[in-house]
Amino acid sequence: MILSTSLNSTSYSFIDKLKAIDYFLIIIVAIIGSMSVFSIYSTESGNFSFYTKNHLTRFLVFFFMFLVLSFVRVSFWYRQAYIFYILGILLLLLVIFFGISASGSKRWINFFIMNLQPSELMKIAIIVCFARYYHRIQSSDIQSYKYLLQPIILLLIPCYLVITQPDLGTAILIAGSGLAIIWLAGLNLKYFIYSGLILLVSLPFVISILKPYQKSRILTFFNPERDPLGAGYQIIQSKIAIGSGGLLGKGFLQGTQSYLEFLPEKHTDFIFTLFSEEFGFFGSMVLILLYALLIYRIIRIGFSSRSFFAKLYCFGFASALFLYIFVNIAMVVGLLPIVGAPLPIMSYGGSSMLSIMLGLGIVMSCKIYSRDSIGN
Amino acid sequence: MIKKTDNLNKNKIISRRLFVLVAAKIGLLGIVTSRLYNLQISEKQKYEVLSDKNRIREWKTPPQRGIITDYFNNVIADNQRVYQVHLSLEEVSNFNNSIFKLKNIISLKEDEIKKIYEKKEKSKPWDTLIISENLSWNEFSKLNLYLHELDGAKPVLSTSRYYPYSNDLVHVVGYVGDATTQDIQNKKKIEENFVPGLKVGKIGIENSKDTDLIGNHGTKRYEVNASGKKISEISYNKETQGENLRTTIDLEIQQMAQELLKNQAGSICVMDIYTGEVITMASSPTYDPNKFTHGISTKDWNEIKNNNLRPLLNKSLAGLYSPGSTIKPLVALAALEYGIINTKFKVNCKGHDHPYELYGERYHCWKKNGHGLMSMRNAIKQSCDIYFYEVARLLGVDKLSLIAKRYGLGSKVLEDFFSEEKKGIVPSTKWKKQVLEQPWYLGETVITGIGQGYIQTTPLQLCLMTAQLANGGYKIKPNLIYDKEIDLDTIKSKIESEKNKSVSQNILKDHEFKHYERLYRNPNNLKLVLDAMYGSTNEQFGTSFKSRHKEDKYKFAGKTGTSQVKRITDQDRELDLDLDEIEYKSRDHALFIAFAPYDKPRYSLSVLIEHGGSGSKAAAPLANKLIKKILDRHELREKIRKDLKNIA
Repeated sequence: MILSTSLNSTSYSFIDKLKAIDYFLIIIVAIIGSMSVFSIYSTESGNFSFYTKNHLTRFLVFFFMFLVLSFVRVSFWYRQAYIFYILGILLLLLVIFFGISASGSKRWINFFIMNLQPSELMKIAIIVCFARYYHRIQSSDIQSYKYLLQPIILLLIPCYLVITQPDLGTAILIAGSGLAIIWLAGLNLKYFIYSGLILLVSLPFVISILKPYQKSRILTFFNPERDPLGAGYQIIQSKIAIGSGGLLGKGFLQGTQSYLEFLPEKHTDFIFTLFSEEFGFFGSMVLILLYALLIYRIIRIGFSSRSFFAKLYCFGFASALFLYIFVNIAMVVGLLPIVGAPLPIMSYGGSSMLSIMLGLGIVMSCKIYSRDSIGN
Repeated sequence: MIKKTDNLNKNKIISRRLFVLVAAKIGLLGIVTSRLYNLQISEKQKYEVLSDKNRIREWKTPPQRGIITDYFNNVIADNQRVYQVHLSLEEVSNFNNSIFKLKNIISLKEDEIKKIYEKKEKSKPWDTLIISENLSWNEFSKLNLYLHELDGAKPVLSTSRYYPYSNDLVHVVGYVGDATTQDIQNKKKIEENFVPGLKVGKIGIENSKDTDLIGNHGTKRYEVNASGKKISEISYNKETQGENLRTTIDLEIQQMAQELLKNQAGSICVMDIYTGEVITMASSPTYDPNKFTHGISTKDWNEIKNNNLRPLLNKSLAGLYSPGSTIKPLVALAALEYGIINTKFKVNCKGHDHPYELYGERYHCWKKNGHGLMSMRNAIKQSCDIYFYEVARLLGVDKLSLIAKRYGLGSKVLEDFFSEEKKGIVPSTKWKKQVLEQPWYLGETVITGIGQGYIQTTPLQLCLMTAQLANGGYKIKPNLIYDKEIDLDTIKSKIESEKNKSVSQNILKDHEFKHYERLYRNPNNLKLVLDAMYGSTNEQFGTSFKSRHKEDKYKFAGKTGTSQVKRITDQDRELDLDLDEIEYKSRDHALFIAFAPYDKPRYSLSVLIEHGGSGSKAAAPLANKLIKKILDRHELREKIRKDLKNIA
């Protein structure tokens, strides 16, 4: 009995925990965080006002939260995984009834201190939920229809709720993260190929249910000059800003495109554009490298984790993080259509910051409690 | 144990799957990186240009027109400060409303408002519309008072053309007006410097010298934000003023000439017989060029257009008249040069009862009782028609035409300086065959001898002809704009060397002459003609004897001319009506040519009064007054000439 309990719940001294922390990861997050504060400061033309203050406060609060969450035992997340998921769904349902609308979509709930965007929380919840789900399943069962159907339903519910807000971008990111975990868990390649084909076939139907602005965004993506003052405006101006940045950029606070307000949504989805305009190709590469290092550290933590849940979560979160970053950057450089997708840590937005820091907190807890092996 | 092996199995799978995923991520990262490289390194230039295009907007500032002065530096075309109101269409929220408010403040008329709407139709949404070009101070201050209610309206201090001597110089200086599409197409300089509201020369020097006068527009570059609001001025390439021009005109003489022509239709031209400087080129009636600057009103335009005396016509160089007897010195000279007659040749003029007859046609002298036996000198002096009928018949029209062209008739005096200048007609047998496709009749030669028939000249041509006779027979270069290349001393020394040049018989053939080349064969022939002109003015029975100056220093020589506008019938001759009794349009044109001072000629002039009657009564007296003025101002002009030469 003593032996088995010690196996199930390894005890850690506080010193052990401090030693186990991945300080390198924390430093990377801190660096990206400070870069984001300076970028937001630049969007306000060098005034330390509303956005900068808000962003700085949020970053500091959630960064602290991330550090605190690191000490929450990973088994807690394992146990609460489904509760977390259900909470996410409930919040999404709340949005329908009590949500706040802004620019044509209903995505937020007023929580007094901040407007919470439940879809952002759902991004993490789906990873935790799937990690637990596949942790429990025998490898031989993974390919069976019974065990395949459940995660698909679990994925479709939040995706549907988010699409109807409407927020196509976040829905795609949630779906992408979920699929990444299913892939990591080992689902046969043929299912991915089949579902890809089905998607292709149903594409005309999907297009028909898209909102006009979404259709226009997709059409504009293929030809931004189609509507240079309307839907194509953002992407054209973003490309101009990035391109004119050149190798070393126009310099901090010197980005004319953003300073003169040619750049839309520069605080949020287009923060990379501003950064890239001011710091050029060199700066962009540094930022991308920092993100790559962050992802690398998370994957490393996954490898060092004993439990399958922790592994799957870390790899899944790393993949999701990559997906967020890729979709955002690809979008602002004109490789993907404009769908609302913030750049992790860099973009202004409390919910996004919250979800990333929450995700990182769980990663760090996987690191600190890496020796935990979680039973059924 | 099963669980443990299964866990191992799962770990193996996840590692493999992760490897694939990481590989995919690296691939995608590569795509993003290469895209960034493409945007920021390869196509940087393109996006830099686009970014500047975004943020920088250019505004052109209007160029300043050059000032035009007379020879004595009196400003005859000036730039004046004006108050205007412009409307920036970008900033106007409700155009109709703005116009309505403006209408009440600056009292716009209905037709002006109509024009504004027409202009608005043609302009782009970011253009600036000029609502009023010339506000009074009252309107301008009122506008400033209500400015807060008028979005987009801008009070502007600008400059516009102003002609201080309004009517006196319009035919020389011309006027300016809005540049039309045609103006922009025709002149590159206008196209390059075009700004809305740019004024360009329409006629006169303003038009001919537009390229020099217009100046270069300025460029203000502003940084603007996405909504087009000016953030800061980046650079200001200042506009420049066009070249200032000094004309050869003497304002005082010009003004006096215009005064002399007042209430009549006519022209007075004065020229320096060596330098070819046009000192006066007056045409009457005139009109006010200032009215055109801001667009002439329909009423004013109709008044000018419908005036029977045709103020718009520059009579000095676009009015064509038969030279009448003013051609006679040239006919005599031609006959002498070709050796057709000698000085002793005489013709008897016996009055209306015994007219000159040729193939049954009868040709009368103007003098009812006849002149009697006329020598050449007397024939010029008393302007005997019979004598010149005979001389012309002996000479032939072709030889006469050759000499007439040589002395300046039949071609544009100022070359292509004025688009409206006319060449006139110097008829010859060849000309008639080519143009009218008819053979020449001897009778036509006879009347050409007294400056009637096909021959058509402008007053400026007659002035040039007189100048080239008076300077001793040298071709000069007429000019209206001061040109330092044209130097009196150089010209005089050239003429001196030409004088001693031996000439071949070829000089009597058709020949292109260079400037300041001698035009004559025998200097004595010219002397004789000039002496006869002296007689005409200064001796009793001379046709302009009454208009002579008795004081030696003002003495001049001239020749009257009376040009018929219709054929005189025997009945007319019988009636011999006074001028007042003849209908205006049927009255003769009065002409007079002269040069002064007689002993050392320096200036030539021509006077023309449309339907003024006889040259001796209507035209010569004006020359008398003007010559005094010209000679009184001679010293002053020479002083300026020296000063200008020293500056150069």
